[in-house]
Amino acid sequence: MKLMKNFLLVLLLAMTPAWAGDSVAPRLDIGKGGQCVEDPKLMRRNHMDILRHQRDETMRSGVRGSRHSLAGCVDCHASSRNNSVLGGSENFCQGCHTYAGVRIDCFECHSSKRKTVAEAGK
Amino acid sequence: MYNKAESRNFYALVAAGGLIVGIGLIAAYLMEEHGHIITGMNNQIVWGMPHVFAIFMIVAASGVLNVASVGSVFGRAAYKARAPLSGLLSIALLAGGLTVLMLDLGRADRLIVAMTHYNLTSVFAWNVVLYSGLFSFVAIYLWTMMEQRMNPWSKPAGFVVFAWRIILTTGTGLIFAFLVARQAYGSALLPPMFIVASFAWGLAVFHLAQAAMYAWNGKTPGPEIMRRMRILLGIFVLGTLYFVFAYHLTNLYFAKQTGFEQFILAGGGIFPWLFWAGYVFLGSLLPLLFLFHSGLHKTSYTVIASLLVILGSFAFLYVFIIGGQAYPLFIFPGYEASSSFGDGQIASYSPSLPEFLLGFGGIGVAFLITAISARVLNLLPHDIPDRRKRDAY
Amino acid sequence: MSAINPERRKFLGKTSAVFAGLVIAPGVLLYDFAHGRAAGEAASGRVRWGMLVDTGQCASDCNDCVSACNKENGLSGGTSATDSQWIRKVELKDLRSGRTTSLPVMCQHCEHPPCADVCPTGASFRRADGIVLVDKHRCIGCRYCMMACPYKARSFVHEPLTDQNPDVPRGKGTVESCTLCVHRVDRGEQPACVEACAKAGRRAILFGDIADPESEISKRIRAVASAQIRADLMLNPGIRYEGM
Repeated sequence: MKLMKNFLLVLLLAMTPAWAGDSVAPRLDIGKGGQCVEDPKLMRRNHMDILRHQRDETMRSGVRGSRHSLAGCVDCHASSRNNSVLGGSENFCQGCHTYAGVRIDCFECHSSKRKTVAEAGK
Repeated sequence: MYNKAESRNFYALVAAGGLIVGIGLIAAYLMEEHGHIITGMNNQIVWGMPHVFAIFMIVAASGVLNVASVGSVFGRAAYKARAPLSGLLSIALLAGGLTVLMLDLGRADRLIVAMTHYNLTSVFAWNVVLYSGLFSFVAIYLWTMMEQRMNPWSKPAGFVVFAWRIILTTGTGLIFAFLVARQAYGSALLPPMFIVASFAWGLAVFHLAQAAMYAWNGKTPGPEIMRRMRILLGIFVLGTLYFVFAYHLTNLYFAKQTGFEQFILAGGGIFPWLFWAGYVFLGSLLPLLFLFHSGLHKTSYTVIASLLVILGSFAFLYVFIIGGQAYPLFIFPGYEASSSFGDGQIASYSPSLPEFLLGFGGIGVAFLITAISARVLNLLPHDIPDRRKRDAY
Repeated sequence: MSAINPERRKFLGKTSAVFAGLVIAPGVLLYDFAHGRAAGEAASGRVRWGMLVDTGQCASDCNDCVSACNKENGLSGGTSATDSQWIRKVELKDLRSGRTTSLPVMCQHCEHPPCADVCPTGASFRRADGIVLVDKHRCIGCRYCMMACPYKARSFVHEPLTDQNPDVPRGKGTVESCTLCVHRVDRGEQPACVEACAKAGRRAILFGDIADPESEISKRIRAVASAQIRADLMLNPGIRYEGM
């Protein structure tokens, strides 16, 4: 039974369109959206590993301008309303992480706001 | 032997210990939640009261094994009977000290990072290995002593533990000895000083635990072993005093260090007080009187002396750790410096309540481990086997 | 005297050419390192970023480098004992002559950084191009680096932060210090303090590649007397001071 539930959950997470009809699934404001840097299915499952890999490349070796940068994610996916990936259940990162019950550690240090707007506000 | 009243007292004691640990954990949680702003520590005094507690416990954890070493390595039977208690206290103190040290981290939640990334040039990283090693070796040592089939191995295990803890305290001393830029530290004298201090502090803790256990069980230790252990503590206190004076004397001789020594030993506000009144008088001379005076041979005097030695060690560590940071760093030799970041100024520090609570929480952890294990395991030293009582047990 | 003096003309021509060269050259050099690295390219070990501070040009009443640093890196600008200060103005008075000097002190970006040596997790490290950084993903907040730094260059974040600069992630419970404005340097710009100092008309801080013998900073280090702070420790800092 438990296996079945897990299987269903994975299936659910793997198919975004299915979310739309699900009343408990997060309704996300995907920001600018458009073509993601990778296949959305891949991103949904592996974004953390991709980000972690990029993080070490940038931090330790100084590789800049990669399409896998966290700032890039935020730039595309910050909500059109508050320019942030955090804030409420419809915000891109927070919405899904709350739904999945996974703590996000990124934004204790990193800005959750779209870079251009954050800078204009300074 | 364990009757109803005793059980009630025991659970009350455990509950009290649990409460202290609980309060300590709440303090740690508050420090995580609000950040170190709720402590007295700052960018000038980066290590504070939690480190005084933690370093005391870690140093004592190594020194308390001295009793076991005298038994196993040097073959003294009376000490051998005390080896299991000595090993247990070591594990308890180490656990308490490390709890405080880890919960004080800015990101205590990243313990896994500390476990998976080792920087081989860092003496801190070496210490992580040394601490986990001590836990395992002492556990094995305890096993060889308590499991009859393993008894033949207890001597070699004792040797390993002996060597390991000397290395461990060297590592603790090196944490400071490697700080080249700070006047108070960066001295090769620190590792041996910490080793001798560990003998004194550890034995003082042992005396307290032993006296408590004997009193709890309504027994009294033999006068001969008490005499020996009393003298031993006195010798260790003298030895520590010797190293502390050698350390300050070398500093006094170097012109570049005289400012710092003047600060610590004479003009530095609370620090000279803690050093002379706290460490030298209350923590060393007075205990020496209690330990060596021919009229003061009752166990209670030894207990008072041990308490004073522990008190003195806290005073010493406060002066060493906080006083050492309070004196301004020597960045521009030959110049008088001033800035918004405390250059050329004595840094101020007043420890806050959460720091103390966290420190006492660590002592609570050590206490709980000791109390529960002492009841579960047969750790009371049996100097003269008493058949009647053993049967009752 | 109305006749043209060819010799004088030649002289004028030469001097003006030299003058123009002197004016333009730094600009050209500026352009030389002002292109940053290509996307995806790692920092090079052939480069070593450094600074030369001319204390003669630094005024004790000027705090522009500090303000610029605070703004660029999103620091509060507070100076209480728990506030972060990545760069500070230090006033020095020679104990014997009484001569006073003012100078900015920040992370000295050592070749052999003690902070990186003592860091248990390897969070403190020296990037290939000589910039000493804290990898805050690895920092556990033990503060041993702060104990080890001979320049007191580091700060610990004592409180939760919000609204950080997108280019400069900072967070509670980790240690931080001057990054030499690594995000700007990687884009081919100069650190904020250097820019602010030039804007204030002082040009007391010269930034550049000290591993390149042809860079402006290397030439100047060869030409004028400069020193490292606590040179006796043999850490070989990347920041040098003139007139101390």
